[in-house]
Amino acid sequence: MASISNWAARHGHALISSGGHLARHGFATTLTVIVMGLALALPLSLDVLVRNVRGVTGDFSDAVGMSVYLKAQVSEQSARQLAQNLKGHAGVANVTLITAAQALEEFRAQSGFGAALDALTDNPLPNVIAIRPTADASSPGQLETLRRAVAAWPEVDSVQLDSDWLLRFDAMLELLLRTLWITAALLGAGVIAVVGNTIRLEIRSRSAEIDVTQLVGGSRAFVRRPFLYTGVLYGLLAGAIAWGIVAAARLSLAPSVARLAAAYGQHFELEGPSTRELGYLALAGLVLGWIGAALASAREIARSGPGNG
Amino acid sequence: MIRFERVSKRYPNGREALSELNLEIADGEMVFLTGRSGAGKSSVLKLIALLERPTRGLVVVNGQNTGKLPLRRVPLFRRQIGIVLQDHRLLMDRPVFDNVALPLIVADTSFKEIDRRVRAALDQVGLLGKERVAPLELSVGEQQRVGIARAIVSKPTLLVADEPTGNLDAALAGEVMGLFRRFNDVGVTVVVATHDQHLVDTSGRRQIVLEDGRLLAAAH
Repeated sequence: MASISNWAARHGHALISSGGHLARHGFATTLTVIVMGLALALPLSLDVLVRNVRGVTGDFSDAVGMSVYLKAQVSEQSARQLAQNLKGHAGVANVTLITAAQALEEFRAQSGFGAALDALTDNPLPNVIAIRPTADASSPGQLETLRRAVAAWPEVDSVQLDSDWLLRFDAMLELLLRTLWITAALLGAGVIAVVGNTIRLEIRSRSAEIDVTQLVGGSRAFVRRPFLYTGVLYGLLAGAIAWGIVAAARLSLAPSVARLAAAYGQHFELEGPSTRELGYLALAGLVLGWIGAALASAREIARSGPGNG
Repeated sequence: MIRFERVSKRYPNGREALSELNLEIADGEMVFLTGRSGAGKSSVLKLIALLERPTRGLVVVNGQNTGKLPLRRVPLFRRQIGIVLQDHRLLMDRPVFDNVALPLIVADTSFKEIDRRVRAALDQVGLLGKERVAPLELSVGEQQRVGIARAIVSKPTLLVADEPTGNLDAALAGEVMGLFRRFNDVGVTVVVATHDQHLVDTSGRRQIVLEDGRLLAAAH
């Protein structure tokens, strides 16, 4: 018990002394942490962007469906019959028939071409059946199967999937997500390099202390401990900075986004980093800081230890 | 306690500091290593404290063959030895207490125990009450005594000192020697390298004289 509490006390002591050291060298610490924070902020903001875009398209996911354009000669009567038949089709949740007459009325009301339409003797619009699939039949593959089945019917002129743009959009998101991972990997390596170099310089500047510590029997682990804690603290502080940057960016973008959404008649609010992202951010900062410090101290302290001769 | 068998030490720059040196220091003994500068006094102490390893030959300290000791065991080995250097190697940005406590801190001693033993060590060197003082505010003699307190705080069985009185005037040097004799009186083995012949002559202890890395004489 006593040795465990001693151990905890030592680590607490190392942590506090590392924190104190960073605080005493406030300016240098701030510069380092800002560089690291910027490096972490970029992947984080990409992640937040992807999540926000996903949220928007998620709202449209119930817009997945298809429009079945019937041939011009198909009567409203048989169109109703077809709609009825479609209702019983596997994977179909909802069927809406928009008759040619309804479509014309709607067009007349909304387009402002009323007078021009009056000049037409025939209704040029076909009957259309809008199909909405069930949730478990909404995958691109299943939709395509349904589209082919319906398109094969003799009364059907063409079938248009409403979700084509969504699939393209998904592919673009996928690309963005890849970019995010590559960016995160590169900038993560950058964070390690920054921490590593900072710790290396710090070890050099404290070489007298390290020598004395090893002279009186301090182990390598003991000597490295405060530097590892310093690295971890750097990482955590950088995470906090990154979070601050993204939160500030969100605040400054919010009015523009609201105006854009309003222009589309939508209400949409930009979301900031989630708790989970915050957790990942802290973890990333901690791990990267530790790795950088571990690499630097393994190299530097191995060289400076007496008794190697 | 300490045994050198045909020990040679050659440094990377090619200089041979010790050649075929044999010597033995018994448990509880106090000996002086003397000789001119460059005779090999410091090298002998460095080999004892495992700050260096022998190029050839056998160095046995506390029953340990130091040449065979793996690197990761060196810290534990060094905790049995108190080391005093001429440039006392104090941490100038830390108060006296922290400097003396360092050997206990690295050995994971409890805070309560550290507090007690640091005070005891400072008391022995006559610096009790100076715990919170910065080393720079102390005189040279006091700084050297802080270094000695640091060397004895973990109650080592062996104390090695390299020119501990090199920067001190005769009175202070005598004081420091008195400290070493007191530790020796309670059973600590003490090895002191010095070129202060007067101190050695008045101490009445054994001296080992080195010349060019060899034993010149082991006179009483």
